[in-house]
Amino acid sequence: MGELVGTSPCAGVLPLTIGDVQAVEVELGHLTSIAPFAGQATAASVALEAAHGMPLPKANCTTGKEGARAIWFGRDMALLAGPTCDPAVAKHAALTDQSDAWAAVTLSGPSAEDVLARLVPVDLRSVSFKRGHTARTLLKHMNGSVTRLGPESFLILVFRSMARTLAHDLKEAMEAVAARG
Amino acid sequence: MRIDGKGLIDRAQPLRFQFEGIGHTGFEGDTLASALLAKGVRLMGRSFKYHRPRGVLTAGSEEPNALVTIGRGAAQEPNVRATMLEIYDGLDARAQNAWPSLRADAMAINDVAWPFLGAGFYYKTFMWPRGFWERLYEPLIRRAAGLGALSGAHHPDRSEKAYAFCDLLVIGSGPAGLAAALTAGRAGADVLLVEEDSLFGGRLNAETFEVDGLAGPDWAAQTVAELRDMENVRLMTRTCVVGAYDHGTYAAVERVGPHGARRPEGGVAETFWRIVAKRAILAAGAIERPVAFENNDRPGIMTASAVRAYLNRWGVASGQRVAVFGNNDDAHRTAVDLEAAGVEVAALIDSRAEIAPPDLNCPVYAGAMVTGSAGRLGLKRISVKTGRGNKDIEVDCLAMSGGWNPTVHLTCHMNGRPTWRADIASFVPTPGSIPGLVTAGACNGDFSTQACLKAGAEAAAAVLKDLGLKASGGARLAEAEDSPYRIAPLWAVPGTGRAWLDFQNDVTVKDVKQAAVENFRSVEHMKRYTTQGMATDQGKNSNVAALALLADATGRGIPETGTTTFRPPFSPVSLATFGAGAQGIGFAPQRLTTSHGESIARGAPMIEAGLWYRPSYFPQKGETHWRQSCDREVGYVRKAVGVCDVSTLGKIDLQGPGAAELLDFVYTNTFSTLKVGRVRYGLMLREDGFVMDDGTTARLGDQHYVMTTTTAAAGAVMRHLYFVHQALCPHLDVRFTSVTEQWAQFAVAGPKSRELLNGLLDQPVDNETWPFMACGDMAIGGIPGRLFRISFSGEHAYEVAVPARYGESLFKRLVARAEAMGGGAYGMEALNVLRIEKGHITHAEIHGRTTAFDIGFARMLSAKKDCIGKTMAAREGLVDPGRERLVGLKPVGGDSVLSAGAHLFDTGVAMTRETSLGYTTSAVFSPTLGHHIALGFLQRGPERMGEVIRCFDHMRGLEAEVEVCPPVFVDPDGGRTRG
Amino acid sequence: MRLTCPICGARDRREFYYQGDAVALDRPAPGAGVQAWDDYVHLRDNPAGPRRELWHHEAGCGAWLVVERNTTTHEVHGVTLAMAVAEARR
Repeated sequence: MGELVGTSPCAGVLPLTIGDVQAVEVELGHLTSIAPFAGQATAASVALEAAHGMPLPKANCTTGKEGARAIWFGRDMALLAGPTCDPAVAKHAALTDQSDAWAAVTLSGPSAEDVLARLVPVDLRSVSFKRGHTARTLLKHMNGSVTRLGPESFLILVFRSMARTLAHDLKEAMEAVAARG
Repeated sequence: MRIDGKGLIDRAQPLRFQFEGIGHTGFEGDTLASALLAKGVRLMGRSFKYHRPRGVLTAGSEEPNALVTIGRGAAQEPNVRATMLEIYDGLDARAQNAWPSLRADAMAINDVAWPFLGAGFYYKTFMWPRGFWERLYEPLIRRAAGLGALSGAHHPDRSEKAYAFCDLLVIGSGPAGLAAALTAGRAGADVLLVEEDSLFGGRLNAETFEVDGLAGPDWAAQTVAELRDMENVRLMTRTCVVGAYDHGTYAAVERVGPHGARRPEGGVAETFWRIVAKRAILAAGAIERPVAFENNDRPGIMTASAVRAYLNRWGVASGQRVAVFGNNDDAHRTAVDLEAAGVEVAALIDSRAEIAPPDLNCPVYAGAMVTGSAGRLGLKRISVKTGRGNKDIEVDCLAMSGGWNPTVHLTCHMNGRPTWRADIASFVPTPGSIPGLVTAGACNGDFSTQACLKAGAEAAAAVLKDLGLKASGGARLAEAEDSPYRIAPLWAVPGTGRAWLDFQNDVTVKDVKQAAVENFRSVEHMKRYTTQGMATDQGKNSNVAALALLADATGRGIPETGTTTFRPPFSPVSLATFGAGAQGIGFAPQRLTTSHGESIARGAPMIEAGLWYRPSYFPQKGETHWRQSCDREVGYVRKAVGVCDVSTLGKIDLQGPGAAELLDFVYTNTFSTLKVGRVRYGLMLREDGFVMDDGTTARLGDQHYVMTTTTAAAGAVMRHLYFVHQALCPHLDVRFTSVTEQWAQFAVAGPKSRELLNGLLDQPVDNETWPFMACGDMAIGGIPGRLFRISFSGEHAYEVAVPARYGESLFKRLVARAEAMGGGAYGMEALNVLRIEKGHITHAEIHGRTTAFDIGFARMLSAKKDCIGKTMAAREGLVDPGRERLVGLKPVGGDSVLSAGAHLFDTGVAMTRETSLGYTTSAVFSPTLGHHIALGFLQRGPERMGEVIRCFDHMRGLEAEVEVCPPVFVDPDGGRTRG
Repeated sequence: MRLTCPICGARDRREFYYQGDAVALDRPAPGAGVQAWDDYVHLRDNPAGPRRELWHHEAGCGAWLVVERNTTTHEVHGVTLAMAVAEARR
């Protein structure tokens, strides 16, 4: 018997292209939740910036860029996506490996906003949800995270175990939007 | 009859459809109602109770009569309003509530029997014999009376839900709505304009008004074109706002796909929108009310505004010779428009003595009333009572108007009550009824086009101010007719025959009066007694007249009588639309473990555990019953080694200086004393002293723990931890994260479990370095993971965890290795048997009504510290030895079947609810012991060890003599676990 | 219905879990006596009018919230982080 083989959460259910929208699984690299200890948010942010070039994001925002992004992930928490988190940050924050916990999908295309309007109870139109904005919210019945990556592009995170449901829900919404022409 | 040159239909686009099996042609832009009227079809349905022949009454969503069924087979859809159904090629519509045919409906016998079928007749007539109601009367009545029927099969159409957000929601696109949207749109506001109709413009499309010198529809189209060019304005047609809810949330239903075959692949029939608006302007218009007179329900008798709408919007004359009957000036327009279009008008009849009639060729009867009509399947003649005597007039259509009711419904959805305005003899919305919503135009009692335009613009200007925006300067208000609305109330023409108020429910003036006589004086009681205002039109056509008559009959004024409560939805919404997206897989997310694919490949039936799917058992060739598989899998664990996916258990990572103290507070026992590299079983109580959850918690570092919860309670425990920290212990510096999804975790259990692991782990384990309840890091082929020496089966066992991406791969390897050692995978059935044999509890035992004392864990309540639930758990009643407490049960003689949910009794007593001493919670056949075993709760249980009692399952009829025993059946001293 | 989470902003009610009266914040001392504990765990007013409730932004940031809400008008007068309320009283 050989080595253990890794499987991605959306293997077999993505990608999907329907109408002008694409849903594609993305490999974000390491995912580490960073939860600064009491009174340590600034110190953690400084340590993160020193190590990875971006501070901790404010609520509902992201910092960094593709390849090394810090996504606000809830009360007192951010998710570092990309590099392995520098251990120096651990002095100021609880670090937890979440690399395998989330299914990560980009949804892109001119109608991506319309597709998400069928799943997310938050106003994701570009006037109110700009590039670099993120939300912890629902995707239909699933708790998740939605981030705007660009004018027509979003990053979606849901629990790994729900990857198939995410693909199903996206597919139905994409079909309905596409059928409107 | 179609009138040349009139209407907003596309005559270049003919569409073929069927009604009652007869083919017709209509045009793009037609509704079923307009297309049928154009072909001279007046008879469109049968009434609910009396099976009276009925035609279309209105031209809008309030239509009570012309309800049809479309679609065939599973796609059959009843109660579609012909006035809202846009025709398409191949449309196949049928009338409802008629047999054998619409023209010759056998149940029209009810119409002859009408004296016995008045309000409340079934309460009075079908009283005896008592048992006949359910078996005979009700089924008969239901068959005789009713609307369309569902197919009973899954409808193939799909609908969906969606969210929309805006600063300003404008509901309705008549002159008021368009003026509001235009004013707000030009100022840059984020506007959503929603129109129920397929066309923007409201009454402008149905009248011959001009706005700014343009024909009404042209002005509407021009305005919509300007709005369409604005990036900040969104426009939706075919979308009806059906409910107003808290904090600016509105529900709307959009008719998206054409019905049937033309819908594109994947397209939806309807979208249920949840619209969140900072402000809203209701410009929903008004609905014309009929006048009650004898036999006012014949096909061909329509509201006057509907006759104008069919003429102006669809180019259809509703009859060849039309009379107009009204009590207000607005009705006169119908006669004017008809004559201008070349349709013969037989008479204008106005109930008011003093009127200023327009120039007409037809006779005008002032101070006159229509007192009756003739024509069974369609109107032939009306009887008119004038100041100079009675007169019969031959007509095939009567346009009637009792005045207009502002569409106030949405303003009542949050308990608002409308205000009576005597000058227009109707109710108007009470300002402030819906926070953030203002009303404008006809729905507010402004009935001229000019007044609507003005009200819409002004409402928008006020909203703009609220939103911090400024109306763009220099905008001029469009000019339009501003004729006054003059009305003298006329609810019912005096007479002795049946005069219909509620066409849909066959409620007549007599019924309302009868209700008053029988003391159903409250308008809500009258409604329930007569059924006035129920079903698809919800009384939109009849409410005001009915309550006016009730007011009269009870000697009260209309304001005192009040209206019934208008509740959502404003317009009928199919249940499929309310439930959109929640059918089948859409009902709830499915959580799949990493071993899911392999379990399916091995033929395992999956069971739901919360949102998770877990294998029940893994059948092998030749096994015909689940018990065979289960017993074999139990044998793996007891004799060799078994592998089971336990990833679904909740795993919560706790870090920080306050982690230990927090755990001590949420668990009854102590975790601050747990050594790093060790695991401890913990019990969690609710604050009321009852058990909440249990599980093991491992100490991975000085300030680092990982807690496991049961699969079922994972979410609740996480929420609980957040609560305890944020609300009760904010001083503790601790952070939690769920890591349930990060780790794929497998139980490897059985005497050969260590042997299995030692061929797999990079570093072998032994009993010295990895004793029972040890935990720590390990690696498999360089992949780091965690190992826990814990056991739910009572055997020597481990749980091995790897990052979830490797879960599938590890599961396959573990199972392959186990199979090579005489073991294999085991599922939930075997897991359950194993834990019951060992006396381990699950939520079957900690079901919310049991305490630590009840389950024999009273000693786990540490005396040295406070914890959640400790104080309340010490209450007298919760530590009473007489309580039902956990015991094991085994059948005397060993042959009997035990079941969960059975009750326990002393031998020799009558086995009733009163004599029950407890109950069983878990019961299985133990292949290890060769007989059934059970866990249960028995009064004074621990004091009764060895006694024989009776176990009786009333549901299944299972009875057994059982011996009370300790709950641990296998290896009570734990030698196998530790060895 | 919508609640304005102090962290996430105005959100649809389906993101929130409803707990009940905010009295749950006022945990008595272990020896406070039967009456105090009975009040804390079991006795709840059911006012028609203003009340303080606990909600959890479960599908959002995870914060527990103290919501001041009028059960008659459904007006929400204020939403505060439960942690801030708890810290303030220490």
